[in-house]
Amino acid sequence: MESYLFPFDSLICMLLGISFTVWFTLLLVFIIVPAIFGVSFGIRRLYMKSLIKLFEVSELMLSFVNHFDKIIEKNWFKLMSLEQEIQEMRRGSAEPEFDMSDIFYFCRRGVESIVDDEVTKRFTAEELESWNLLTRSNYNFHHISTRLTALWGMGVLIRYGFLLPLRVTLAFTGVGLLVVLTSIVGLFPNGRMKNYLSDKVHLMCYRICIRALTAIITYHDSENKPKNGGICVANHTSPIDVIILASDGCYAMVGQVHGGLMGVIQRAMVKACPHIWFERSEVKDRHLVAKRLSDHVADESKLPILIFPEGTCINNTSVMMFKKGSFEIGCTVYPVAIKYDPRFGDAFWNSSKFGMVNYLLHMMSSWAIVCSVWYLPPMSRMEGEDAVQFANRVKAAIARKGGLADLLWDGGLKRGKVKEVFKEEQQKLYSKVLVGSSEDRSRS
Amino acid sequence: MGSRASSLLREEDIEEIKKETGFSHSQITRLYSRFHSLDKGENGALSREDFQRIPELAINPLGDRIINAFFPEGEDQVNFRGFMRTLAHFRPVEDNEKNKDLTSGEPLNSRTNKLHFAFQLYDLDRDDKISRDELLQVLRMMVGVNISDEQLGSIADRTIQEADTNGDMCISFSEFTKVLEKVDVEQKMSIRFLH
Repeated sequence: MESYLFPFDSLICMLLGISFTVWFTLLLVFIIVPAIFGVSFGIRRLYMKSLIKLFEVSELMLSFVNHFDKIIEKNWFKLMSLEQEIQEMRRGSAEPEFDMSDIFYFCRRGVESIVDDEVTKRFTAEELESWNLLTRSNYNFHHISTRLTALWGMGVLIRYGFLLPLRVTLAFTGVGLLVVLTSIVGLFPNGRMKNYLSDKVHLMCYRICIRALTAIITYHDSENKPKNGGICVANHTSPIDVIILASDGCYAMVGQVHGGLMGVIQRAMVKACPHIWFERSEVKDRHLVAKRLSDHVADESKLPILIFPEGTCINNTSVMMFKKGSFEIGCTVYPVAIKYDPRFGDAFWNSSKFGMVNYLLHMMSSWAIVCSVWYLPPMSRMEGEDAVQFANRVKAAIARKGGLADLLWDGGLKRGKVKEVFKEEQQKLYSKVLVGSSEDRSRS
Repeated sequence: MGSRASSLLREEDIEEIKKETGFSHSQITRLYSRFHSLDKGENGALSREDFQRIPELAINPLGDRIINAFFPEGEDQVNFRGFMRTLAHFRPVEDNEKNKDLTSGEPLNSRTNKLHFAFQLYDLDRDDKISRDELLQVLRMMVGVNISDEQLGSIADRTIQEADTNGDMCISFSEFTKVLEKVDVEQKMSIRFLH
């Protein structure tokens, strides 16, 4: 028996050996070497162009397309205050009094928010207008033809059979190199050489990770890139935001100390250059956090800090309330807007639905991650402006540049309840309508 | 992930809801998507907590009363049919009413039914009368702590005096309708649903 299998055995070994060698050579030449030197062959952009053609073809095959923009018309052009609306309802009478029809205002606003509200939809992935051949974004598309299903099937084969293994290999390479090389750089004495090496090592490893996700990024206005002694703030959609920004510039990261693999990476990174990692207990102490951040910023030799003031991942259709902590420090703020193109793969991490591993698997089996990064001109706190106003100003600038909705709501509403004080504000406004302001109150 | 919302809604159900509420096919599928996204427990019904998770509703002074209007007497869950039936009250009144031939009487979004919806927001114990006590409680919800008990009491008294025609110190539904006969209820209690 063995004599028959023997020649096949060695043949299979030889084939496997050759294919592995070819595989790794291709990987090295086309992906890792360009990552080291920061150049690009343009393969990914070519890939993106062919994907767009593919989506156009599939759109033609779909019998009909559902548009999920709006369910109701909310009269945004006629946005009136509570007082104005109620007065209008009372036939223009400005008399402070109660009318039984006042209830209609609250009733209608309440039911409108049940049908469509501005907040809850920001915590789930954005719905697409047309299908991009991924099962996870298939909503309401009936009448799928066999040709489309065949296309989808081919897509599954390519994504899971070819792209996913390739990306996972790259991811391991990138992370492994990061840990090893930063530890080596950590052995050098502090000085210009160490900083230079640290920058190069970080950039190289992040670039490999970028290729591990097939991320196609367009950076705009690079002359506004963050400089030492400043804080870089950006809108937050996923943990990948960090990799996207850090592959184009060097930043000091801020975060909680983790255990496991993340912890290993964190400890290695901080050997090469000073990142700011907080223990779990320190995170609650706002003064401690502020002090460490301002100490870091005061040292001109240290890299700019990267912070995501929303505090949680939002689905990239809006920017939610910025926490004022980073804006109280009093240094220059460099705002950055990141907008993903959801057609190629949705980068939003719905942390209540998917864990980190699941999320990374999704990312690495999408077509690609395509995004645009805009570096906005630096901003500083103006005279007479408090931290909250400054934060809102920065937020508005980021929202405008990225084409996102600017919301005042807190991203913490993803998990927590809204504060009572907002309801009390509404009650106060209505009380004014009922009894007028204290100047023209008439005793009954 | 799993299967998406609309695949769980059958064509027969859509047809029935269409007949009962007057919503169009696409409106029903879109509202089902919304229902599904609010249903965090994924059990085909909404609880009061599901509604309270909407921040804009939670800060509405009458939020709890509005949520209550969706739940039939004594029940804690509302299914999609019930959801749509309540929302149907807020459909605009069109000139050529599609469901004029409803055997069950008036369409859900008629002026009378809109008024009845608002009446039930005041009528806490569902006994078809708004007592002084109930009016006071609802007023208190709307103004919070900003108005004194005496002032609120006199506002309630004055309102009942103006509306009460049969002297029982309560406002019945017909008295309620009479007070609001000059108000454009159709417009104030309608939401423009897009097709």
